[in-house]
Amino acid sequence: MPEFPRDSVGLVTPETAHFSDPLALACGRTLPAYDLVYETYGTLNAERSNAILICHALSGHHHAAGFHSADERKPGWWDAHIGPGKSIDTDRFFVISVNNLGGCHGSTGPTSENPETGRQWGPDFPIITVVDWVHSQAQLADRLGIERFAAVIGGSLGGMQVLQWTLSYPERIAHAVVIAATPKLSAQNIAFNEVARQAIRSDPDFFEGWYADHDTAPRRGLKLARMVGHITYLSEDAMGSKFGRDLRSTDLNFGFDVEFQVESYLRYQGDTFSTSFDANTYLLMTKALDYFDPAAAHDGELARALAPAACPFLVVSFTTDWRFPPSRSKELVNALIRADKSVSYVNIDSSHGHDAFLMPEPRYQAVFAAFMDRAARDLGLEGHS
Amino acid sequence: MMRADLKLIHAWIPEGARVLDLGCGEGTLLAALARDKDVTGYGLEIAPEGITACLAKGVNVIEQNLDEGLANFDDNACDLVVMTQALQALRRPDLMLDEMLRVAGECIITFPNFAYWRHRAYLGFKGYMPVSRSLPHAWYDTPNIHLSTFNDFERLCRDKGLSIVDRAVGIGDHEGHWTSRWWPNLFGEIAIFRVARRS
Repeated sequence: MPEFPRDSVGLVTPETAHFSDPLALACGRTLPAYDLVYETYGTLNAERSNAILICHALSGHHHAAGFHSADERKPGWWDAHIGPGKSIDTDRFFVISVNNLGGCHGSTGPTSENPETGRQWGPDFPIITVVDWVHSQAQLADRLGIERFAAVIGGSLGGMQVLQWTLSYPERIAHAVVIAATPKLSAQNIAFNEVARQAIRSDPDFFEGWYADHDTAPRRGLKLARMVGHITYLSEDAMGSKFGRDLRSTDLNFGFDVEFQVESYLRYQGDTFSTSFDANTYLLMTKALDYFDPAAAHDGELARALAPAACPFLVVSFTTDWRFPPSRSKELVNALIRADKSVSYVNIDSSHGHDAFLMPEPRYQAVFAAFMDRAARDLGLEGHS
Repeated sequence: MMRADLKLIHAWIPEGARVLDLGCGEGTLLAALARDKDVTGYGLEIAPEGITACLAKGVNVIEQNLDEGLANFDDNACDLVVMTQALQALRRPDLMLDEMLRVAGECIITFPNFAYWRHRAYLGFKGYMPVSRSLPHAWYDTPNIHLSTFNDFERLCRDKGLSIVDRAVGIGDHEGHWTSRWWPNLFGEIAIFRVARRS
């Protein structure tokens, strides 16, 4: 028996659900059939009332907690918050974490086979929006026999999916936790995404997205995209305290090789990412971010767009997050107040920028756990508290 | 156990009211009002422990600094705005009073009465800044930067043309004693006002 930390969900195995009913997408196209890969942690109770859906961010996936094998070096991406006794307590909640459509970790996406052509979808894969993701997640909920989620929870792009859940399926969500998110991207956000997309699309190995046919991948472009993205995930302070102006060697060498530690770090992050992530997926995910704007159909009035929402919200932001700063969370909170919805808002002091939502921080854990305790109590769930 | 001033406010607030509680602490009042009177609303707070306690109770709490105003609440968004023991810690209590009566037609405010006889005695006889049950801090670390008296507040309301719907004193055990009813400025430890816009 492998040894895992006591507060870990331990060994987990992803599962695949196949859907043969076509899914109509916001872009007007239809996905004829699709797979969703997901993981679950904890046990679904007899009433099926303790299920929680975790929505992932731009480069996330279904592996949110636990380990795939005894030798896996790092646990899932949100292991800090999911597990026995953690904020999302698997002793009383049944947690579902799904890889979104268009992803590159097993759910149907650009690297899957297009049944009509017999080759990879590649750039032909339809543009997927947050609304589409929520519809596909609802199909998975149906498949698992979950009528109503105890909570839907997500950070960043995941938080936007949570918000969409409260609007598309208000009767199917009992609590919403929206972390480090925004009701829509700013011009600056879209600008950063466009730089990332151009980096990928201008790579000579991109081949208009058909790089797989040429047995290659636009790794340089994807690396650049990730490097730019990574800068926006960290705060200036976090970068400063981690690297400062530290040099890799003792002297300046007056050239263009890596000299500062921060350069080395960014290149490493970019390299690792560019060999493990699909460029077409990255393009799709950034478009999903850009397009998200539930207020657009209501003359830009977010409070009116929020009218269908019916569950209590917890909205969390982080002081040094400059990708989706506290002011964007407040925009959502104020619209919820204006719409007369049940909402609580917390702004956590953290030096980690946008990435803070992934990390354990005592106050973040305390407010998260307090809200989840309340959720469990609202639903009459058993379990220690 | 609810503080004496909260008990009185609890009695004053009507069934089903939409209430904004400024400086709601651990959400004791809002939780009791939701349970007993079907009251809905929000609490504003900046102390982390208070906010966590509110979340655990299921009280809607917004992390917000009162000195930044209430711009995120529309005119007449609520039936009542409550502020207990926070007025004296604000940068501009007079502007906050305007804000409160913009958001709701009526507000309830409580604050420590600086003219309470024990406070007077402390300053008058001992020659030190008063330290008491209602003013527990030393002069150098107190959050209370705008202390006032029962009379001061009445004068402010008069100057602003506001109507005082009700007033009371909270002094724990002596609550309702005839001395504090007749001479609230001298015998009231906590001033409790219910103020409305002049209709």
